[in-house]
Amino acid sequence: MRIGIVCPYSWDVPGGVQFHIRDLAEHLNGLGHEVSVLAPADDETPLPPYVVSAGRAVPVPYNGSVARLNFGFLSAARVRRWLHDGNFDVIHIHEPASPSLGLLSCWAAQGPIVATFHTSNPRSRAMIAAYPILQPALEKISARIAVSEYARRTLVEHLGGDAVVIPNGVDVGFFAAAEPKKEWQNGTIGFIGRIDEPRKGLPVLIRALPKILAERPGARLLVAGRGDAEEAVQDLPREMRDRVEFLGMVSDEDKARLLRSVDLYVAPNTGGESFGIILVEAMSAGAPVLASDLDAFAQVLDQGAAGELFANEDADALAAAAVRLLGDPARRAELRDRAGAHVRRFDWSVVGGDILAVYETVTDGAAHVATDERTRLRARFGLGRDDAADRSDRGYRPRR
Amino acid sequence: MTTTIIWVAVAVVAVGLYLSWTAGRLDRLHARIDAARAALDAQLLRRASVAQELATAGVLDPAASIVLYEAAHGARQAEPDQREVAESELSQALRAVFADGETVTEVREAPGGTAAVGELTQAVRRVPMARRFHNDAVRAARAVRDHRVVRWLRLAGHAPFPMAFEMDDEPPGALTADGGATAVR
Repeated sequence: MRIGIVCPYSWDVPGGVQFHIRDLAEHLNGLGHEVSVLAPADDETPLPPYVVSAGRAVPVPYNGSVARLNFGFLSAARVRRWLHDGNFDVIHIHEPASPSLGLLSCWAAQGPIVATFHTSNPRSRAMIAAYPILQPALEKISARIAVSEYARRTLVEHLGGDAVVIPNGVDVGFFAAAEPKKEWQNGTIGFIGRIDEPRKGLPVLIRALPKILAERPGARLLVAGRGDAEEAVQDLPREMRDRVEFLGMVSDEDKARLLRSVDLYVAPNTGGESFGIILVEAMSAGAPVLASDLDAFAQVLDQGAAGELFANEDADALAAAAVRLLGDPARRAELRDRAGAHVRRFDWSVVGGDILAVYETVTDGAAHVATDERTRLRARFGLGRDDAADRSDRGYRPRR
Repeated sequence: MTTTIIWVAVAVVAVGLYLSWTAGRLDRLHARIDAARAALDAQLLRRASVAQELATAGVLDPAASIVLYEAAHGARQAEPDQREVAESELSQALRAVFADGETVTEVREAPGGTAAVGELTQAVRRVPMARRFHNDAVRAARAVRDHRVVRWLRLAGHAPFPMAFEMDDEPPGALTADGGATAVR
């Protein structure tokens, strides 16, 4: 099958959506499908052979932070050329509602279109204002995928319609086979995520740390992620600061080894999560998980069966649960076993199969993806490039 | 005077463009419903065929075979207005027959059983998927057709008012226990 995937965010900036698309493309490639990914990227960035650059992304303030987006005539033209050259059986757009490549390709294409909605933002004013513009583009999508039940609910509330839930994939085998590292073992608690982003919850964990150390003086906290280490521990009593070790940005291999080594993985995120891929990675590596009880996390952890949950932003509850788990090897072993069985549904072999099933459902008997000439003004007056040909093969089929 | 004529002409062209765009949008939505309906029909037919095959293969006990055969036959032969009920009954029959993991294991052990269970699992997962896509297309088309302009000017032409396909499509738990079921929950 010839599959085109549209990535809305800059390929040079690491992020959850980008990693998901990279893994999906490589998985599908491995199965013998022809995959092409259209993504914003700087011209100098080395790209994998399956990625086509849609030009440089422009940083603009959007939705409360600075997002790097692609828009304008040049990007639109590149999208059209990519669609035209690719001759795809199906295109898979990620985040079609973001004002970037996703929306542009939705606008420019016709034929079988699959879309994945990753975020579950609360309804924003901009979204409501843009609704009349978004709706005609989004109604071209033949199949919608949401990454969690939570993301699906937001999608249904904001845009109406329905979606199937297919979780993000993880290479379970890669994490399960990683080699544990000696110096990261023995009473260690792991945290991976941006240090300087309060939403990721490190401050909650730092607040809980004195209580944990009071009960388990041997415990250590290992933190992997970007951000200012000094600032992160400034609320901690001076004598406790050496119990926190900052590893900075880690490679994929080191991330897997870290998760294999720690006795407890804590995800204290305070909100804005629609899935929680890191929890699946921790479970794959056999780390017992303790996470805040966000909707998305509760679903990934099978409502608490595959990992423990604590009340969101409650440092005392976090400390109590962590102390209990660190002192109870039997309970941790039990969590590890349950998680090991639970994560199989997030493995690429299952997730990739489900995504392919969606592709097959929408391409069954449908024509190829083509550029939509009707969105051009010339076509409206019957002057479009191949307007006549286009009209005859798209001809309205009467309903039985 | 000339300016007025120009303005009127501009307005007429603008309205014309808007109407032509809306009609195109509706046409595309109707085509999408047709494709989604064809996909749903294909998945339903596939599910009924696999169920019927399993029922006549002699791997299930006689009572289960009869129940499954009846339901699968009913689903394939149903008149259009009885289709939703007949397909729901097939879902219920499948759930009753494959209520526990034991039956699944037994079928797997029979010659060619693993392939048959695999096909059935695929079929029961894809029916809810296809139905969701179909009903999503129906909702999108209805939203446009409910517009006053579309109703007054009959931009939808002679296309019948789209109807959602409502049925019980819950797959048997024993078939989807090992993941992937999240796709249809």
